[in-house]
Amino acid sequence: MAATKASKDQKYDRQLRLWGDHGQEELENAHVCLINSTASGTEILKNLVLPGIGAFTIVDGHKVSGEDVGNNALLYLSAECSKTSRALIVEQSCFPDKLLDNDPEFFHRFTLVIGVQLPESTCLRLGSVLWNANIPFLVCRTYGLVGYMRLVVQEHTVIESHPDNALEDLRLDQPFAELKNQIQSYDLEGMGKKDHSHTPWIIIVAKYLDKWFSEHNCQLPKNYKEKEAFKQLIRQGILKNEKGTPEDEENFEEAIKNVNTALNPTKISSGVDDIFNGEQCNDITSQTPAFWVMTRAVREFVQNNGGGNLPVRGSIPDMIADSEKFINLQNIYREKAMQDASVVSKHVESLLQSVGKVCETLFCKNAAFLRVVRCRSLAEEYSVETVNKDEITCCMDSADGEMVLYLMLRSVDRFYQQHSRYPGVYNYQVEEDISKLKLCVNSLLQEYSLNVNVKDDYIHEFCRYGASEPHTVASFLGGCAAQEAIKIITRQFVPFNNTFIYNAMSQTTATFQL
Amino acid sequence: MNLLLFSLFREKKRRRVVELTEKMVVDGGRDGGEWDGRWNHINMFLERPGPFTHPDFEPSTESLQFLLDTCKILVIGAGGLGCELLKDLALSGFRHIHVVDMDTIDVSNLNRQFLFRLKDVGRPKADIAADFINGRIPGCNVLCLPHPEFHIIVCGLDSIIARRWMNGMLLSLLVYEDGVLDPSSIIPLIDGGTEGFKGNARVIFPGMTACIDCTLELYPPQINFPMCTIASMPRLPEHCVEYVRMLLWPKEKPFGDGVGLDADDPEHIQWVYQKSQERAAEFSITGITYRLTQGENTHSAILNSACATEVFKIASSAYIPLNNYMVFNDVDGLYTYTFEAERKENCSACSQVPQDLYFSPSAKLQEVLDYLTENASLQMKSPAITATLEGKNKTLYLQTVASIEQRTRPNLSKSLKELGLLDGQELAVADVTTPQTVLFKLSFTS
Repeated sequence: MAATKASKDQKYDRQLRLWGDHGQEELENAHVCLINSTASGTEILKNLVLPGIGAFTIVDGHKVSGEDVGNNALLYLSAECSKTSRALIVEQSCFPDKLLDNDPEFFHRFTLVIGVQLPESTCLRLGSVLWNANIPFLVCRTYGLVGYMRLVVQEHTVIESHPDNALEDLRLDQPFAELKNQIQSYDLEGMGKKDHSHTPWIIIVAKYLDKWFSEHNCQLPKNYKEKEAFKQLIRQGILKNEKGTPEDEENFEEAIKNVNTALNPTKISSGVDDIFNGEQCNDITSQTPAFWVMTRAVREFVQNNGGGNLPVRGSIPDMIADSEKFINLQNIYREKAMQDASVVSKHVESLLQSVGKVCETLFCKNAAFLRVVRCRSLAEEYSVETVNKDEITCCMDSADGEMVLYLMLRSVDRFYQQHSRYPGVYNYQVEEDISKLKLCVNSLLQEYSLNVNVKDDYIHEFCRYGASEPHTVASFLGGCAAQEAIKIITRQFVPFNNTFIYNAMSQTTATFQL
Repeated sequence: MNLLLFSLFREKKRRRVVELTEKMVVDGGRDGGEWDGRWNHINMFLERPGPFTHPDFEPSTESLQFLLDTCKILVIGAGGLGCELLKDLALSGFRHIHVVDMDTIDVSNLNRQFLFRLKDVGRPKADIAADFINGRIPGCNVLCLPHPEFHIIVCGLDSIIARRWMNGMLLSLLVYEDGVLDPSSIIPLIDGGTEGFKGNARVIFPGMTACIDCTLELYPPQINFPMCTIASMPRLPEHCVEYVRMLLWPKEKPFGDGVGLDADDPEHIQWVYQKSQERAAEFSITGITYRLTQGENTHSAILNSACATEVFKIASSAYIPLNNYMVFNDVDGLYTYTFEAERKENCSACSQVPQDLYFSPSAKLQEVLDYLTENASLQMKSPAITATLEGKNKTLYLQTVASIEQRTRPNLSKSLKELGLLDGQELAVADVTTPQTVLFKLSFTS
């Protein structure tokens, strides 16, 4: 057992660094449904199987054609059986429409359903079934040099969003008791040279802030001028040698450099505030998902124990200091974070039964970065009453942006509905299909009362594509789709909302909320 | 991993697919086994005119032949990214692909480098990758030997140094006639990489567009912890790992003399892990994990596909290529930013303008060395500095050969004046980041 775990860790270890053991566990417990193993579908599959997804069901009624064997990696690479395969694969050789007719609950068992190259009618049917069953649905399409993804999920909560440029949670504007004591225990004027140069910058800023407070009526340095003055105050604290020239004290330089961000007032972001004020936070029942129970518990903490602040995050950045001073300071923050987390725990207990110790600590650590993603349904996107006219019209101001590609995709779907085929598949069709497609474009714009202009060039180009699925575009989209799928399954990092377009001609992308 | 790919189909369908493939190969007639519809997806772009094509593009049935029979692509790197590139290119009609990679295969490669299997562990990556593609994609001819004439070069590397080297190589191949660049000497370089959720893809026409070194500041220098922190004042688990890697390993030589630390060897990593834990315990530092010890990040294939698309565009002239840099980040939704990176006027690699160094005559040679390594536009690794003094070529400092390093080390603490250098002196610097020596003009400041 131990051997297998070790070798499994070894094999998947590069992924573990991105989403940790718990993320990996979610992946391995997931069961994904892929509809249509075209080139794009295969790429998504490969990119999910490689990091260790637990189980797959492939729904595909099509027969393999010569074209498929030309652009689909799966068909090339599938030559032997696997002995050590970890993925449980089931194949359902039929069209999704059949399943929707006879057994729509077939889809209820999945963690996520990914539909590739689906005709519009099937897509909408499936979208409706999955929306009502509250199962995330990811629609993917490669059409010529255009990639398209649409995420359909009612509510997706994220605890670990891993934001790129998060500010530290140092509490220098309102130091908690233990931090105050630690700051007070330092005597900058009285200490020896070595200690002076190895005092953590957090302490230095705190000490000088005390000085500043006494001279400025307990007000933080507010504007550029005051901050510069504050930096000067710190600079004056640098030790000087016998000749009066300042010594090389890197920790003081760090303090000065970090003044701007260190003095940010501790406060809750509006995004998190919105989440606290969400409806789900108020009525906690035994059915309430863990995320909302914990959010409510943290809200209770903020109002009753934290003085309006979130639980302390507990981490500090590395800084020039000797090991002992740094570790002591780090422990102050860590212990406070643990204390706060256990208070939150008690709130959780009083609201409901416990949702798991580990979860709560993780939640508190990430409380400042909680995210909730809510997508509109396909029905809302496609209905004339609720279509997002503003977004479409506004984006079409740049006539060569990605929005026109979205309109073209909708138009070729219309073409398919009318002619039971896509435009320009055969060379002889290209010319005549251009005018037919143009009619579809116009009828689309008219139906939705979209007062925009679609250049003829795009209509020509989409006929030219002949509904092809070039491998490199499928591969790019497959990579993106797999990563979004992983975000949904592991609940880490933030998925897109809700329409993504990739233009391989210009190598540009855009995200729209439609 | 192709392990899994296969079991994706039930036996019956698998047999059908294999039969179909074999039938097509046998009945195909032409060399390389063509079959009906094989290149349909690609022909849309080669045989049809369109409103967004490259001005030079002409639809024809011959473009496909060029891709299939003539166009030679060099793929550098057969690791995770290189594998994806090979697959992408092979399925886009390219058949003469050369792949170069020095690494051998390790178990931890198996989860992201899907062309390899358990039984390949220990064999050179490039060989396996080539065999795999050749054995399965009829007609494809992937070779492992470097060949001097390529139409396009594409990198699947995860090392900035290797990229800079390739960049330098292509720049050295440029031919100028009367100061004018001969376009036929330009070999486009397509480069892309991803780490975790971030990546980029770019197209470089050496001598014409920005090169790797023109935008060196976009690759932030790798975090190097100060030596005093590593040696005597660790605070983070990372400091402990660096201590073991940089100081303890060379001292204790746990796997023998001259055996370098191999990040892909689990036994090496296990040793580093244990020693790091001991070091951390000494300073009451928590948080050493096995994974932390390895220090590498996941690569994904997204940007490589973008690179392969560019190879196709350039080879076929079907579209105007990316001009010239695409940045990608999908931590929060999916975000890309595409822009034209500009050539740097005084780029140390492609500008042919001698680089300037400004130092006081009393500055020590060590300061010059530090500048060469720390400056964001240069980021050299272990530069060797030579100068012509009294008509003779003198090595001032060289790190990479132990005996010369010892002999020239005292020069580091000598001042430039003491070393006999004059104002306006030319210094020649060689480094692993560039195949050509870089010339610097030394100007004394007062």
